Amino acid sequence: MNRDWSELSPILWESVRETLYIVGVTVGVGGLLGLVLGVLLYATRRGNLLENRVVFTVLNVAVNVVRPIPFIIFITAVGPVTLAVVGTTIGNDAVIFAMSIMATFVTARIVEQNLVATDPGVIEAARAMGASRLRILVTVLVPEALAPLILGYTFLLIGIVDMSALAGYVGGGGLGNFAIVYGYQRFNWEVTLVTVLVIIGMVQLAQLLGNWLARKALHR
Amino acid sequence: MAPLISFQDVTKDFGSGDRAVRAVDGVTLDIEAGEIFGVIGYSGAGKSTLVRLVNALETVTSGRLLVDGQDVTALREAELRRLRAGIGMAFQQFNLLNSRTVAGNVAYPLKVAGWPRERRAARVAELLDYVGIADKAKAYPRQLSGGQKQRVGIARALATSPRILLADEATSALDPDTTQDVLALLRRVNRELGVTVVVITHEMDVIRSLAHRVAVMEAGRVIEHGPVYDVFAAPRERATRRFVATTLKDRPTPEAVERLRHRHPGRIVTVGIRESGVDVTAALRAHGVDGTIVFGGITEIDERPFGSLTLELTGPDAAIDALLADLRSRTDVDDLGTAGVPA
Repeated sequence: MNRDWSELSPILWESVRETLYIVGVTVGVGGLLGLVLGVLLYATRRGNLLENRVVFTVLNVAVNVVRPIPFIIFITAVGPVTLAVVGTTIGNDAVIFAMSIMATFVTARIVEQNLVATDPGVIEAARAMGASRLRILVTVLVPEALAPLILGYTFLLIGIVDMSALAGYVGGGGLGNFAIVYGYQRFNWEVTLVTVLVIIGMVQLAQLLGNWLARKALHR
Repeated sequence: MAPLISFQDVTKDFGSGDRAVRAVDGVTLDIEAGEIFGVIGYSGAGKSTLVRLVNALETVTSGRLLVDGQDVTALREAELRRLRAGIGMAFQQFNLLNSRTVAGNVAYPLKVAGWPRERRAARVAELLDYVGIADKAKAYPRQLSGGQKQRVGIARALATSPRILLADEATSALDPDTTQDVLALLRRVNRELGVTVVVITHEMDVIRSLAHRVAVMEAGRVIEHGPVYDVFAAPRERATRRFVATTLKDRPTPEAVERLRHRHPGRIVTVGIRESGVDVTAALRAHGVDGTIVFGGITEIDERPFGSLTLELTGPDAAIDALLADLRSRTDVDDLGTAGVPA
């Protein structure tokens, strides 16, 4: 057993690093695009600042179509697009591409749902002060919803860690791949267990950080 | 001089076709520069919509609306933003930005107006000092009381030195003491800064203690308007009388009159107390009639005395009749009679 871990732990840490890389890039790209899409989804809804039926309907349908697709199927479904953009359909970068698209749509819905709770009176006040619509979206709407948005992003982050576990299936690395190759395929339950514990640790850390930031953002 | 705000047969519909709801219905009204103008009505009367037409938060459906000489209905979005920046607005629920400090809230309209940082900081300090919450500059709205929040709201509304301040039920969420403080602040803003204040409220007390002129709204229409004193002294419409009765309880109700007649054998008479001043005591003495005050109240409207006293008069009938004739020549007199001979 001991001999096993001296061999395995460098690979485990490399897998942690890869997972962090995959998750980090996905959260960055998907989180940012999703924020823009989510704000648009909210703002184009009837009665809101940028009310626009066509844009809203297109975005809304797109989000509803993409979101429920199981990710393992989604990776293969966007294969041609991945090939065109990334140049390959296997490996970490290909996975990150597919994950970023999925994360964008998931984030869009999370962002929209958190913005809905914003007090319309605050937006009206900003309008009364002569602020432009774009300025209101950026300097009022998003900052006012910051606390729930942080919690939403924490939720998203954990979902992305979950998604990243499937990277191994298409030749990517990370903890999911590690657990399958060194745990499942070698009938080594200890490796699987350790991987699970590492993932739980990462997720807990993210959740604690998210809760703390959200509390700070409330300014009570 | 031309009025600062002029509604000319203004109508506002929400929705269209069969489902259209008329929130403001053919309103013609002038608001003069420098006055405090009150708009009173029950919820749903259209007063909030009316005031939102002034800073174009809502668009006019038909009619003309002139603000500071500009036809609001003809302005484009960029011009509307400039118009809005020149009109302050305070809200019932304060509508402060919870993500910004008190100073940040007051600075926001200055940022929108493109003020450089140093000038902003100086102006914010000046405003917070003016409304009396300089010590709370670094606090966040969630850490403030209702009265403090409204002071921030008013400071923010005044930041860009607007000529007009719209106060939409600005005291309705506050307790009575705080309400008085905020009303006093609005009065100062009007008097010291020369800001024209338009006050929306459902509370006649607010109109009584603050406004110079008032418009009463019902079902989207202005049913009565004029100087507050005149509207109180001689309300024409039923809704107006009901509003007046909510704040002035100086006249006995019919049930109270019945009790007064049984409690006091003499003649019950209500004498209006007006600005002109009626020396009731001197009149009683001159006619040799005794009077006991049994009901009444005198208050101030628009800073002028207003109210009535109900007296039980005892003495020879002829002397009482002569007294009443004398009083009637100077003020309104309501002869309520006696239990035996109710007038």
